[in-house]
Amino acid sequence: MRPLDLAVPAQLMTALGPDLLLVAGAMLLLVWAAWRPPSTAHQRHVGFASLALALATGLYVISSLYAQRTATEGPIAVDNFRWMADVVILLGTVFAIALTIDDNARQDIGTAESHVLILFASAGMMLLAAAQDLMIVFLGVELMSLSVYALAGINRRSARGAEGALKYFLLGAFATAFLLYGMALVYGATGSTNLGDIASRIGELRLAGSPLLVIGVALMLIGFGFKVAAVPFHMWAPDVYDGAPSPITAYMAATVKAAAFAALLRVWMEAFPAAFDAWRPAVAGLAVATMIVGNAVGLAQRNIKRMLAYSSIAHAGFLLVALAAGSGQAGSALLFYLLAYTLATFGAFAVIIVLSRQDDRPVMIDDLAGLWGVRPWLALGMGILMLSLLGFPVFGGAGFFAKWYVLQAALQAPAPQVALAVILVLTTVVSAGYYLSVVMVMFMKPRPDDAPAPGPTPGLTRAVLLVSVLAILVLGLVPDQLVGLARAGALRATPVTVAPITARAPRP
Amino acid sequence: MLAESLFFSAVLFSIGVIGVLTRRNAIIVFMCVELMLNAVNLTFVAFARVYGAGGQVFVFLVMTVAAAEAAVGLAIIIALFRHRHTVDLQNINLLKG
Repeated sequence: MRPLDLAVPAQLMTALGPDLLLVAGAMLLLVWAAWRPPSTAHQRHVGFASLALALATGLYVISSLYAQRTATEGPIAVDNFRWMADVVILLGTVFAIALTIDDNARQDIGTAESHVLILFASAGMMLLAAAQDLMIVFLGVELMSLSVYALAGINRRSARGAEGALKYFLLGAFATAFLLYGMALVYGATGSTNLGDIASRIGELRLAGSPLLVIGVALMLIGFGFKVAAVPFHMWAPDVYDGAPSPITAYMAATVKAAAFAALLRVWMEAFPAAFDAWRPAVAGLAVATMIVGNAVGLAQRNIKRMLAYSSIAHAGFLLVALAAGSGQAGSALLFYLLAYTLATFGAFAVIIVLSRQDDRPVMIDDLAGLWGVRPWLALGMGILMLSLLGFPVFGGAGFFAKWYVLQAALQAPAPQVALAVILVLTTVVSAGYYLSVVMVMFMKPRPDDAPAPGPTPGLTRAVLLVSVLAILVLGLVPDQLVGLARAGALRATPVTVAPITARAPRP
Repeated sequence: MLAESLFFSAVLFSIGVIGVLTRRNAIIVFMCVELMLNAVNLTFVAFARVYGAGGQVFVFLVMTVAAAEAAVGLAIIIALFRHRHTVDLQNINLLKG
């Protein structure tokens, strides 16, 4: 297939239309945001404009989803995997901006730039989902990360926020250096930064066992491991998630992870399928460590944001199982999982925002005691979200099918990952310990007499909560349609091409 | 030439890693990260002598992004200094648990 020529305007719009719309709109909004002095009304106006821009970009992406079903060579991928990843990313963006408008109003923060920074981070994520060249991967990672470093410390009055931002920045930059060094060594081994060229040269030149390539892939895996918070590269996540404002924490936990996983899967499936045997044990090891540590340490948490941070680490482990399976189903399973996880995470953080007080004190699990008595709808919504994160059948809606598809991808792969599937199920049982304890506290414990009732739920927060809970329940009833859509445009590399090449490669 | 350049950049990268892991001053840790990025640049330039200009283009991207990263990073360090009056990572311990 001929690559798209990005110098021709029509083809450029096919390849990058939504991205260009988002970046151009975000730049205009940045000027508007800086035009007036910070005030609650101004941040609200810029917030609503940003919300409209993200929704418009989302509609553009959805129209591309049906129009364009081809994969291309060249630096930018135009396939349904990318458009579906963009839908998940823009859903997270809309939720994050909506929650930030309410959270800024609650904390009396007037910085309108926070919404624009979310838009820039999303532009970086969309670039990541589209990247078919290591240079574009690097640019996407950095555009996303630089915006999110600033977002983590956007509340200038909070010492905890500044501390979290510094930790995130130093470890993020450290991880980027590893990622880059890995890219440099892969470039050195293969002579190209294009994912397709790398794959074909690994096959032709039989590089699968070359030390330069193996070290390069390992360093890239370390870099991505930091970005998705996989054990043992996870130590920054709980501190940063605890310190950042709640909407930004949800954005980091769900959307940043979605974009990083989309890029990780594409790079590994398109560039390194011939070296599958070399990297599969490393990815499987990361998955096992991440599932076990994330869920075990999650049990000990009393601060609900830290608990959700460890839950997010554990979910990264479940997603790594899909990557380790390396089958054609992995892409659609991963996207469905990320969609369900995005919905559940933003819903849960919407509840946390309602329960947060004016001061900087973190929300504890015990603060939810007896919520059923004072705010029954809030408690019911939170209960469904917790069951969805757990992957409970029927009441957990989409969360159950998300885990189901990952298990299916692991077990139906050409080399079935039975051990990983068993560990996934066992650690899910362990995770019931903390998800169900939240449900128990809400419904069974009496509310302490001195605990004030939570304030009224602001409109946008209520909308986010309602949309996420309803979408989880609806997706739990009709999951197949969406997975079919994602499968229609699955990644090019399939294990069918993996097997013959690795069979020819010389054994060390 | 290629082997020497690669060896030198690997040494430079390792010095950066050791610096990040052992130093306690946030600004020096950040300088060590920059050292790692420059080691990567050297690797790209060395390989570009073999494979052509692709590696050099990558170096320009890395330098531009590193400059933007420095701007964001130093702003975050200043924001923290205003709260705690120190940039020593050992004294930065509000978030624990």
